[in-house]
Formats: sequence, structure tokens, C-alpha cells
Amino acid sequence: MGKTNFNILEHELVPEHIILSKKEKIKLLKELNIKPHQLPWILVSDPVCKKIGAKPGDVIMIIRKSPTAGKTVAYRYVVPIKVKEA
Amino acid sequence: MKLSKYYIKKLRDEGISEYVIEKLKETLSKYKKISNKKLRKIIKKIIENYKKAQVHPGENIGVVTAQSIGEPGTQMTLRTFHFVGVKELNVTLGLPRLIEIFDARKKPSTPIMRIPLKEPYRSSFEKAYEVAKKLEELFVGDLISKYDTDIIESTITLYLNLNILKERNISFDVITKAISQVKGVDVSISKKANTITIKSKKPLNVSQLYKLREKILKIRLKGVPKIRRTMVKRVIGADGKEEYIIEAEGSNLKEILNIEEVDGRRVYTNDIFEVFNVLGIEAARNLIIKESMKLLEEQGLDVNVKHIMLLADMMTRTGRIRQIGRHGVVGIKSSPLAKAAFEITTKHLFEAAARGDNENLKGIAENIICGQYIPTGTSIIKVYLDIEKYIQLIGSIEHA
Repeated sequence: MGKTNFNILEHELVPEHIILSKKEKIKLLKELNIKPHQLPWILVSDPVCKKIGAKPGDVIMIIRKSPTAGKTVAYRYVVPIKVKEA
Repeated sequence: MKLSKYYIKKLRDEGISEYVIEKLKETLSKYKKISNKKLRKIIKKIIENYKKAQVHPGENIGVVTAQSIGEPGTQMTLRTFHFVGVKELNVTLGLPRLIEIFDARKKPSTPIMRIPLKEPYRSSFEKAYEVAKKLEELFVGDLISKYDTDIIESTITLYLNLNILKERNISFDVITKAISQVKGVDVSISKKANTITIKSKKPLNVSQLYKLREKILKIRLKGVPKIRRTMVKRVIGADGKEEYIIEAEGSNLKEILNIEEVDGRRVYTNDIFEVFNVLGIEAARNLIIKESMKLLEEQGLDVNVKHIMLLADMMTRTGRIRQIGRHGVVGIKSSPLAKAAFEITTKHLFEAAARGDNENLKGIAENIICGQYIPTGTSIIKVYLDIEKYIQLIGSIEHA
């Protein structure tokens, strides 16, 4: 039985993840009028984060396939593993 | 008929989602001609209905979600179906499974996997069956008909079942090779009697010998760890073609994804934590939605996906999977009174008192306890005083 290295980003359950640039990040936070920690989080240790090379402090744009709206855009804030829940 | 750019821009300016615009384009293309007057009317109606369907600021969506799932949940337990005598995998369904999902249990009680295959394995039953048998975990203990344990001589004799050996395509040598890797034993075989005799180099006492026997019976000869039983099923795939897939009892996503014959993109497991560890938090969110919707639909309960999506969003908000309950979503509420109002009142009050927690009175429960307006619905709006304008106004009144 042969082995391959499967790319998890290709799996049907994993939506598209894009790291926002600094400019885009500032623009987004201004638009939503929030601080970054108020976004939903994603851990640095998350397999997708490791794959795309996101660092703590980044904001990731997620393009989800939604059953109600076709495509929706969500954002997640990359946090270190040891972070207090709030 | 095509939708003109002017109207597309108009729809976008009103904040209508791209999905709706795409759907409108699709529908319009079926008609040959629509007068401008009618089209304007249609677009006006779309904008009107879209805005009606939106949630207003201050709407209590959490309460609506709780009721929308809670009410059908009461009907669930009575309507659990059983299939007798059908060759099916045993899967937990109904309320127990729903509780399992929302409590974020680390291991589902019945983990199962659905493993689609690549070409040419997916189109032929024989080839799919071969792969299925390869995946299935096989222990030494599965191959024998009986064993003898001789305490005086410190030997264990295994009687192999030739039929199973043939069915699983395993040779004598493979078994002896696997067993001889255990430290401190001599292995001798007798092909005539189909037995394998294992003799310990050191004399062992009874419990040591029994331990050795258990160890030998648990030696894995082939297969993927944790995949216990496999079945080949014919289904109609997403692309409309008939295909053979493997259904398996037990779940091991990490190993299965990296097997060459498997179409990794479509592998499915019902173990949410495993998906979280291998595919990440967004995949886990998707799986929570899929699994709970599947459950509710199987029971004929009509719950809108939006409620489940809200739940999944709350469960995955912190990047980890939290349960809906006092150790998860409710447990991290900052208000001590809100925590105390939910479960184990005294514990939360004592802890809050000992720590000297602050009560900001921002949530619902704490404001009800204090007899104030709750900050939702119409009372989410607060009135602030614009001091500069106030001073201007006061000044102008005083002058007059």
C-alpha cells in the first residue's frame, strides 16, 4: 500500500484561508470598528495555520461555502497557544 | 435576458450578497425579454425582501437558536429507528449523538469513516474490496482458533485457523516474523499441525506468562491502527457517477489521508476532535454543522441551518472546540451573576467573592437579577449626551 503526502488544504471540509496584508488588516479593523482580539480566533498550532505559515497577530480571511449565502467571508485572528480565554 | 451593470451596481450598493445577484442573473437568463418597468419592480422587491430577512440589531438570536433546537429535540428520543438484520454499521443516532456533538466529547461513542477511492479502485468492486481488506486492522488473535498455555514448560501454543489465513491472504512466515520480534522468546512452527509454539527463554510465573500471551495476541500484522471493520458500499457520488466507497468502523484520519489509493479530498469521519487536530478549526466547524444537520434531517426535523451555524461559530470561537455548557461557552462568561444563574450557583458566587470579581451588568441574566432593563432588542440603544452641543444650547438659552 503506497503512501502519499496529502495536502490538507485540498480537503473538502477545509475552506480557503488567506493571510491579510498589514494594510488590509488595518482597513478591515477600521471598517468593523473593533480591536483584533474581538474577531474569532485561530490557534498558531492549527494545521492550516502551519501550512500557510501564519504567525500570531495575523488576520486570516476565510472564504466559506455557506449553505444559505453561497460564499461568505469570515475572519480569524491568529493567537498563540497559551492564551487566556476571554 | 441579461442584467445590466446599472442594476448590479444598485443591488451591490444596497448590500445584497453576491449569491443573490448570481441567482437573479441565472433566473433572468431563462426569460427572453422583461420590460424595464417590470425589472425595476423585481429589483425593488428583492431589496425589500432581503432587508426583511436580515437580523435587526439587538435581536436575541441565541434565544431563538436555543428554542429552535430545543423544541425538536424533545421529539427526538421517541423516534429512534432500528434496523434489524441489516448489514449496517452501528452508529449512534438521535439525542445521544446530538448531546455528544454539543458537549464536545473527545471521542465519539461510535467512530466511523467513509473512505472514497481514486480511479480505478472506485469503479470496480473487486479492487475496492482489496483496498478495504488492506485497511482493516488484523491482529494475531484474529487468526487463531484456540490457544494452549503450558505453565510448567512456559510455552504458548497457537492453533491457526487456515480458512481465515487464506481469506486474509497472510502467510505463516509473516506471523512468525512478527512474533519473533517480541523480546526473550523462541518461536517454533509446525506446518503439519498448523501450530506456532512460543517458548520463553527465561522461566516465567503464571501472571507473566499470561501477560506475554496477551501481548502476542495483540500484535498487529497489517492494516491501519484503529480501523476495525470495513465494508464496501455502492453509492452515487457527488459527480453523479456510481462508485464504490469503503465504510469503516473506527477512525484514523491522519493515516487514511496519506494512503495512495484513497481520495483524500473527500474522506469523511464523524470524529470532530480528530478533524480539528488534522484539518483545523474551520474544518471542525464545518463538520459540526454537517453532523448535526444530518442527525436532525434523519429524524425528519426541520431546523434551519442558521441556528446550527451560530452554535458551531460559538463552539469554535476561541480557536479550540468548546462545549455548550458550564465548561465551555457559559463557563467563560465574564459576569459572575450570569454564571451563577446557569448552574452550580453557590460555587460560582464563592469563587467570585474570593477573587473579588467585578460585575459590569452588561449581560442579560445579571440585569434580570437586578431588576433592570435587559440590553437587547429596543433597550440595546443607549442615549449619550453630546457635551459640546449641550453647552452651546445651554449658553444660547442663558443669553436669551
